[in-house]
Amino acid sequence: MSASPALLQLDEVTKVYHMGDVDVHALRGVTLSIPEGEFIAIMGASGSGKSTLMNIIGCLDRPTGGRYLLAGEEVSTFDRYALARKRNEILGFVFQSFNLLSRTSAVENVELPLLYAGLKTSERHKRAGAALTRVGLGDRIDHHPNQMSGGQQQRVAIARAIVSNPRVILADEPTGNLDSQTSVEVMGIFQELRESGITVVLVTHEPDISAYAARVVTMKDGRVLSDQRQEPRRVPRAAAAGATTA
Amino acid sequence: MNILQTLRVAIHALLRNKLRSFLTTLGIIIGVSAVIAMVAIGEGAKARVEESFASMGSNLLVVLPGSTTTGGQRGGFGSLPTLTWDDLRAIRAEVPTVKYAAAQLRTNAQLVSEEQNWNTGVYGTSPEYFQIRNWPTALGSGMTDSDVESGAKVLFLGQTVVEKLFGANTDPVGQLVRIKNIPFEVKGVLERKGQSPMGQDYDDAVFMPLKAFQTKIQGGMQQYLAGVIYVGADSPATTAKAQQQITNLLRDRHHIKPGADDDFSIRNLTELASAQEQGTRTLTTLLASIAAVSLLVGGIGIMNIMLVSVTERTREIGVRMAVGANPAHILSQFLVEALTLSIAGGVVGVAFGLLGARRLAANFGWPVLIRPDIIVISVVFSGLVGVVFGLYPARKASLLDPIDALRFE
Repeated sequence: MSASPALLQLDEVTKVYHMGDVDVHALRGVTLSIPEGEFIAIMGASGSGKSTLMNIIGCLDRPTGGRYLLAGEEVSTFDRYALARKRNEILGFVFQSFNLLSRTSAVENVELPLLYAGLKTSERHKRAGAALTRVGLGDRIDHHPNQMSGGQQQRVAIARAIVSNPRVILADEPTGNLDSQTSVEVMGIFQELRESGITVVLVTHEPDISAYAARVVTMKDGRVLSDQRQEPRRVPRAAAAGATTA
Repeated sequence: MNILQTLRVAIHALLRNKLRSFLTTLGIIIGVSAVIAMVAIGEGAKARVEESFASMGSNLLVVLPGSTTTGGQRGGFGSLPTLTWDDLRAIRAEVPTVKYAAAQLRTNAQLVSEEQNWNTGVYGTSPEYFQIRNWPTALGSGMTDSDVESGAKVLFLGQTVVEKLFGANTDPVGQLVRIKNIPFEVKGVLERKGQSPMGQDYDDAVFMPLKAFQTKIQGGMQQYLAGVIYVGADSPATTAKAQQQITNLLRDRHHIKPGADDDFSIRNLTELASAQEQGTRTLTTLLASIAAVSLLVGGIGIMNIMLVSVTERTREIGVRMAVGANPAHILSQFLVEALTLSIAGGVVGVAFGLLGARRLAANFGWPVLIRPDIIVISVVFSGLVGVVFGLYPARKASLLDPIDALRFE
């Protein structure tokens, strides 16, 4: 095992689902060490266990066996309340289907994590506005999701993920519902976030998307098949600029 | 996350579905307004009954003469004059719990004034009668003992009779009224007394001293008292005792053997009043329980909608959990939503109930009696309904698995 304390440290993590009489082994011993500030893509076909791994990293689920250390804490034994606090403080989620609350303005969507952190209304509003400005939507804070394009909605979701200053962003197929141009813009935002020191864990099955990460882990049958470092593809300046100013 | 923030989130969620929230609340609104209106009306009816019994005179007993039995055909009470003037004197003198006792003789006669005539009940009685019936004089003077002894031909009119013979708002004191062609002078006018519990107009009556009644109207002196005896007991508490004592006295005086039937009867109007009151109370309880059932139905409506809402917003719950909501946050959010619905329903229901009670009371001519305790109880109870019926859906929401919730389509 690595001696240097990684931000995310998984040791021989297994996950077994009981479906009736059958045991489904979703993870069969995954050991992974992700240091702070890394942009890592987890790839794999459906059923490879990448979503399960994502859920465990995201404290949405607990491993059946093995150890998972998040920022030095063994979270595999935490209860639902403690896990909720970790999700609130350390993690930020970006989903394929955006998962914004409908009939709720962008700024209110972004404020959501701060609500559960117990911040005052004025402070929440200020920070949500800043997060939206950071993703280039400072002029659309009162727009509702149904008034926005897919790319804009995903940027609101990213603003929601970063508003509580998390150390890790977990993105589950964030470009799955976006066209290629918008996908590139979103990847540009992730690269910027990484540059500001946030760890980005990206789950995707598209090689085009994983190309923007500096490290690619490929999963198969609940195990890590390969773990490679690469020179990330840079987002063209124009697209990145579009993402932050549009 | 404090309660104020939770409340704001709940209100926000409810306003996203305005029509549905309103329809859900409707059950509670109807239930609470029914409770408020029913109780207010019930109280009004009760107060009215009390009022009309109070107007009959308090601590009142009426002694009626017995019935005749001729050839198996039994007449009603009063068909045989069994009471004597000596009986009246004995009741006055020998029963310690009796404060006043007065004879009331009655007939119907045509009254003729200068301009009008009117047929009404003519009563012969003595001054105590007005004490027993708690009936003060409005104009002129009241009946005195000397009026009775001298056989003065004076009249004391009820308000209705004044209106019929002399017109409304007139002062007939000193005027002459003829009965059977005998002129009587109006000496006093009695205050308005209103209706009896059975709807009889107390003010449609004229009173004259006993002696004048016996000599001029009924004709001839009789040994028997051809009417009834009104008795006023010391207090409401002694009314029943007075009734017993009078019964014993009269049985003794009439030489009725033990086991034989009384040849007179005594009506205790206090008992009648409490029976009436009991009746209205039963009615109020019945109406209030029906209203409470509708509140319960309203609560089930809330539970139903909250369950639908939890299913519909499963993804929202998943998102909230993903960004850091713990089970208690989710539980309190849905519970506060249910509570907001039910309490809002309660408050609106109170408003409608008060409005409805006022309108109904105006229709029936009843006093509106709003009991503040009922308002508080209604709102608290509807809140309770919200908690009880909101708990299950809220708990269901809080127990959702975040992964399943996020994947829910």
